[in-house]
Amino acid sequence: MLTGKAFKFGDDISTDLIIPGKYAYLRSNLPELAKHVMEDADSTFASRVKQGDFIVGGNNFGLGSSREHAPLVIKMAGVKAILAKSVARIFFRNAINLGLPVLVCDTDSIGDGDELEIDLQSGVIKNKSNGKQLAFGKIPAVMLRILDEGGILPYIEKHGDFRL
Amino acid sequence: MGKTIAEIILSTKSRSDAHAGDIVVAQIDLAFVQDTTGPLTVRQFRAGGFKKLANSLKAAVFLDHAAPSQSREMSNDHILLREFARQTGALISEVGDGVCHQLVAESLAKPGDLIIGTDSHTVTAGGLGAFACGMGSSDVAIGLGLGRTWFRVPETFLVELKGKFAEGVSAKDLILYLIGQIGADGATYKALEFGGDGIGGMSISQRLTVSNMAVEAGAKVGLFPAEETTCRYLTEQGRADHYTPITADGDALYQRVIKIKLGDLEPMVAKSHTVDNVVPVREVIGTKIQQVSIGTCTNGRLEDIEIVARMLEGKHRHPDTRLIVTPASRDILMSATAAGYIKTLLEAGAVILPPGCGSCLGLHQGVLGDGESCLSTANRNFKGRMGSAEAFIYLGSPATAAATVVKGEITDPREFL
Repeated sequence: MLTGKAFKFGDDISTDLIIPGKYAYLRSNLPELAKHVMEDADSTFASRVKQGDFIVGGNNFGLGSSREHAPLVIKMAGVKAILAKSVARIFFRNAINLGLPVLVCDTDSIGDGDELEIDLQSGVIKNKSNGKQLAFGKIPAVMLRILDEGGILPYIEKHGDFRL
Repeated sequence: MGKTIAEIILSTKSRSDAHAGDIVVAQIDLAFVQDTTGPLTVRQFRAGGFKKLANSLKAAVFLDHAAPSQSREMSNDHILLREFARQTGALISEVGDGVCHQLVAESLAKPGDLIIGTDSHTVTAGGLGAFACGMGSSDVAIGLGLGRTWFRVPETFLVELKGKFAEGVSAKDLILYLIGQIGADGATYKALEFGGDGIGGMSISQRLTVSNMAVEAGAKVGLFPAEETTCRYLTEQGRADHYTPITADGDALYQRVIKIKLGDLEPMVAKSHTVDNVVPVREVIGTKIQQVSIGTCTNGRLEDIEIVARMLEGKHRHPDTRLIVTPASRDILMSATAAGYIKTLLEAGAVILPPGCGSCLGLHQGVLGDGESCLSTANRNFKGRMGSAEAFIYLGSPATAAATVVKGEITDPREFL
């Protein structure tokens, strides 16, 4: 069971909003890079986010670049899951590869600051702030197996190859 | 049941009868990294316990995003990547050689190849009929080590093109129009396949422009068939032996068919801050522009530079508008120099940057300031993309860019015909 606070964002949160290309020179210094997480979408996010919180987006979350640093800095910020109405392909795969769950659901009823309780097994999100309950779409089976191992590196370490 | 180009290539590479929706493990022909995503790939490769590259694939490292490097940190990343290439035998492309996607098209990609790269615009090689797909560092690290990766076989949207472009209209206007129609997530997880009699009149340069931006509609790949034009291009590049024809089966199953008459298209731009915020140029005519950026993996090829040089012959940039031109590769810069285009551009007031990604990702070489507007021939106009989150990026064709730099405001290139 995951519990934490929702940080609500809108549609089309691009990888440039998550971690701008101008900071590419910090990519071999991850603690420094991570200070800029979500900077151009909400400059206060990095200082307010706490271990266990959630990022909640709208449509096409994570569109743009293939930079794995985007889900990586979100994970480093302590975020335990990303909730969105839809997710761009490369970002989705990158997040799962890092063991960061991405849950596709109708996020309209979630407000900024709402307290959420997420049961990854049953697929249910409880919004403790407004009493509403949401279901999220099934994570594709292949990706679930990777997620269950904690990401693609632990998966390959354990299985030695893709066992799909 | 017949197959789409995506299904044909993934069937061959997975040695299975692959259809949309299947999960396959497929052999990779080429895996590459660039300098902003490569260092993490190297670290994940090592963390995964890999010591050498899989024998079956070609691997390449491109130093193009910070070329030459603008900071000590990026220079150290370049050192790491050069060392990795030396240790593993991966090809290395040095600063100034050009953008990875252009170099892949010029010398590495073959029709029917399966290509992965740690850059979302890896889709560019789809213009040559390769299943080329952007991925993250971990996926490519494992691909480099194992020689294979997994795919969900995508459903395909067929974009059927009819006729020929009107004068002043080009491939960039087509792909902007398409993205405007279907949306920035209109083809998420799908393959876009281009067909119809209209592709016959499109050069490889134009096809690469279209495939390059397939990802801006969310697509996994943007595929053209490989036919006579592809054969001619590969022959010109001295690699006639790399040609194999690829076309979809006549009875292939498409999830959606989108028909576009090329002759009906007009010059288009994408307004900030999303690539699907597309309008005809005539709707934004007069918008003041401080920087015109021409180049990148989308529109930095010889044909693009030729269009701009011809339009700027005897003209000069507007005093309030700077002009930055970034050829996509060393070969292109040499050809453009030999043809006199670079001289024309310099006389028109242009800054010529070394071949590479230039200012496209906001790292250096033309970063925008607060409140500035840029008309760029690149592929992304996201907020903050070119440096300042307070800047505005308009995406358009090389012809629109050339017309705009002369007048200092967004201008319909057909005014200059």
